[in-house]
Amino acid sequence: MKYLAEYRNLEATKKVLDEIHKITKHVWNIMEICGGQTHGLVKNGILELLPEKIRMIHGPGCPVCVTPLNLIDKAIELLEKGVIVCSFGDMIRVPGSKKSLLEAKALGGDLRILYSPLEAVTIAKENPTKEVVFFAVGFETTAPANALSVLHAEKEGITNYSILASHVLVPPAMEAILDDELCTIDAFLGAGHVCAIMGTEEYEPLVEKYKIPIVITGFEPLDLVQGIYMAVKQLEENRFELENQYVRVVKKEGNIPAKKVINQVFEIGTREWRGIGEIPNSGYVIKEAYKKYDAEAKFNIAHIKVPENSACIAGEILRGIKKPVECNQFGKLCNPSNPLGAPMVSSEGACAAYYYFSIT
Amino acid sequence: MKNNIDIGFETIHLGHGSGGELTRNLLDAIIFKTFSNPFLDQKHDGSIVKFKGNIAISTDSFVITPIFFKGGDIGSLAVHGTVNDVAMCGAIPKYLSLAFIIEEGLKVADFIKIVKSIKKAADESGVLIITGDTKVVERGKGDKIFINTTGFGEMHPKANISVSNISENDVIIVNGFIAQHGIAIMSEREGLEFESSINSDSTNLNFLVKDLLDEFGTNIKMFRDPTRGGLGTVLHEIANDISKGIFIKETTIPVKKQVAAACEMLGLDPLYVANEGVFLMVVSENIATRVLQFMQQHTKGENAAIIGTITNNHPNKVVMESLIGGKRIVSPLVGEQLPRIC
Repeated sequence: MKYLAEYRNLEATKKVLDEIHKITKHVWNIMEICGGQTHGLVKNGILELLPEKIRMIHGPGCPVCVTPLNLIDKAIELLEKGVIVCSFGDMIRVPGSKKSLLEAKALGGDLRILYSPLEAVTIAKENPTKEVVFFAVGFETTAPANALSVLHAEKEGITNYSILASHVLVPPAMEAILDDELCTIDAFLGAGHVCAIMGTEEYEPLVEKYKIPIVITGFEPLDLVQGIYMAVKQLEENRFELENQYVRVVKKEGNIPAKKVINQVFEIGTREWRGIGEIPNSGYVIKEAYKKYDAEAKFNIAHIKVPENSACIAGEILRGIKKPVECNQFGKLCNPSNPLGAPMVSSEGACAAYYYFSIT
Repeated sequence: MKNNIDIGFETIHLGHGSGGELTRNLLDAIIFKTFSNPFLDQKHDGSIVKFKGNIAISTDSFVITPIFFKGGDIGSLAVHGTVNDVAMCGAIPKYLSLAFIIEEGLKVADFIKIVKSIKKAADESGVLIITGDTKVVERGKGDKIFINTTGFGEMHPKANISVSNISENDVIIVNGFIAQHGIAIMSEREGLEFESSINSDSTNLNFLVKDLLDEFGTNIKMFRDPTRGGLGTVLHEIANDISKGIFIKETTIPVKKQVAAACEMLGLDPLYVANEGVFLMVVSENIATRVLQFMQQHTKGENAAIIGTITNNHPNKVVMESLIGGKRIVSPLVGEQLPRIC
């Protein structure tokens, strides 16, 4: 596994960790944006190997966690209407207001778990008498494939396909976190995969406005400790710059064809974030020209609104205000078999990371 | 395998489960002919067998999709799964019962292929099929074919398998590469092709277990085969059963390169992927190296490895040292492992 073994190397990782210990003089709060990074930190036991003065704060970058509750209820409503609902596996165990997609499937709903939205277009083609909806959630990372599925359906003249979309964007979320008066974050590890699509340019204004270091970082143990080292070095040297640790994947301009596909189907608009609320210009909405592929409009389900479970502090977890273990319900009333909120279910959720892997 | 059995039908239908003439034809032409042995040939409602002493009994149902996969099929799996469960008790498997629930519409050729595969696996495992049952259900009420087997084995005279024997510093050994079965099935289901194909590890482990018991007897404290739920879940169960901690090292767990790569791609943790030819054992520290060398001489243990130890630290928890020297806990699997978003 080229590019993996090298980044899971004990000696190399240890060397960087030693450097971090050497240069750390002050207490720093560093937020890793992406849930994949959170899992990497906890699963590899990196948090315990860092100096006590480095406090990692877990960010909102878990696509499942930030998907609003009402969207899950909308997908369930579609299943109950006899629509074939296709989803990434991560979403199906997340509790809606009454049940999860998995429970709706057990009650007879036709739910398909897929690796790619393009498979859903094929399912639509093979089932012309049925409506097929892809549950299109995620950050900028999954947007190109979801947009592409719409373009494919259009090209093939498939009319029984649509997407239930909830795409959110990283930079507005970072801004919302920084504007919060409770925010104590000194630096960010930027989300490597998101930047692989979008590039790094849109982070420059954030660095300038908030005078905060941002280091675009990968997901393997060596990536993570390198990213942390670069952030700490900036902080100790009183610098604030945009740096890229993940150069083997992330280019300044991003993935231009992928961005083109996104912009063809989506435009930027207001989006609701689970546990955070509505943030203006924080996500993608389907452009007017592709409205017929918008499941919310097609099936008249836009009105479904449900309140969040008040026992779940997902909002505070996602903004890094509280750690999972600081939640009264963690591991007690809330666990992966009986999750109160998405961060406990998703493979990128901070609560799940602590529940499954943390030795503390 | 050449199909030279003709029952006059290409597909199995409800009539074949009626208990009448068609059932008899199906059984005579396929089941009795293939599995013929002195017990079965009596064609009673059941078989009467003799055992020397204590017996171990284990039952399992097999509902796998797809029914044919790289490295095996539902038939061989139904034999290996139960034979191994009996062996894990410290017993020598002797007999199997065999029950089919067939969904109407199953191709007779596929059924024969499965039956022949069962015969081959049973012969290789040294067990006889001594009783059975065949039912047919309507289309949509099953999934091609379900198989239940129950295994009966004679306890090995030197076996003393019990969690209560396990103590601090005991050593955990696995017989070989983990996670192959689950990945083989997953790639078949998802239509994924890898550079070199990944076969299921489905195999019978009873002869290796017997040889180990012959050689090391009561010094072996536990056998366990981590099938569904994978190695991680089983280790967690053991830690709970013995109220002690288990410490393992990620670097020592045998995972084939292409399996590790497939796990990366599918977003799965090999610790939770199913196995059908893997077992772990707990032995005293003083014989661990000898046991390891003994296993490595055996074809079904040549990639055996010591993966961890029993500790009084962190009771009921499995702690794993990661590749980079950090520590994490290994929790049991909750639900199924699901493909990730990104």
